[in-house]
Amino acid sequence: MNYELTKRYERQLILPEIGEKGQERLAAARVLIVGVGGLGSPIAIYLAGAGVGTIGMVDDDVVSISNLQRQVLYEEAQVGMPKVLCARQRLQALNSEITVLAYNERLNAANARELFSQYDIVVDGTDNFPTRYIISDVCAELGKPYVYGAICGLEGQVAVLCKGKATYRTLFPDGGMPQQGKQVVGVTPAIVGGVEASQVLQLVCGYGKPLVDRIWTIDLRTMQSFTIDIQ
Amino acid sequence: MQINVNNKPINTEATNLSTLASELSLPEKGVAVAINNRMVPRSQWEQTPLSEGTSVIIIKAACGG
Repeated sequence: MNYELTKRYERQLILPEIGEKGQERLAAARVLIVGVGGLGSPIAIYLAGAGVGTIGMVDDDVVSISNLQRQVLYEEAQVGMPKVLCARQRLQALNSEITVLAYNERLNAANARELFSQYDIVVDGTDNFPTRYIISDVCAELGKPYVYGAICGLEGQVAVLCKGKATYRTLFPDGGMPQQGKQVVGVTPAIVGGVEASQVLQLVCGYGKPLVDRIWTIDLRTMQSFTIDIQ
Repeated sequence: MQINVNNKPINTEATNLSTLASELSLPEKGVAVAINNRMVPRSQWEQTPLSEGTSVIIIKAACGG
């Protein structure tokens, strides 16, 4: 590892859970983020900062003024511009040592397989139920870990699916849940997206006990948190 | 009988998870329920008895991002 890289990552290189070996694993890792909104913003920033070697982002949305309250990747001057292009610019400005790929399209059952096959881990930044079933089904089929995360208002949940036995369908087999309201405060995706990024670091570097077949929940009104075994 | 639902004590007439779900008017879809920190699939709710002090955790599906 050269001097520049050693300097950039010095604070995590001295962590026994990461160290030089973990840093090399991060550099070799390919992580796809589906959706770069509230959750996707902190996920992308922290994974780029940590030195994940290849980060892909898929989203077909454009930046709007109401995003800026929580989507920390973007700024006022970018309103109307495609999110993934703005996000790529931001991540490359943060870390020019990594490769950032932007897919300005909506994930669907037709393009998911081809896209996911190029990555080691898929991370959830989506804002709807149907896309989560697509991610889970394709990850299960391809054997790719799915770092699931979702928020609603002041609550959130994270799990690592499609790595052990549990998939999104184990958690919520029925489908057809009604779409929920859009109420949210910026700190909810900051915390939940941060936990998702943390799960990626754990999976890549191999430390601790990631949330495989477990789901973690947080209620930001009470700070009550649960972790339950999915099966 | 008193049980704990999401760490809150409640009094219930329900003797199994299925009747508790009706008592609490849980939605038909998008709810994961755990007893003693272990998820119980909906198909097993009826055969899952509740007893005094049982800890039940109810997690509702969230879709935002």
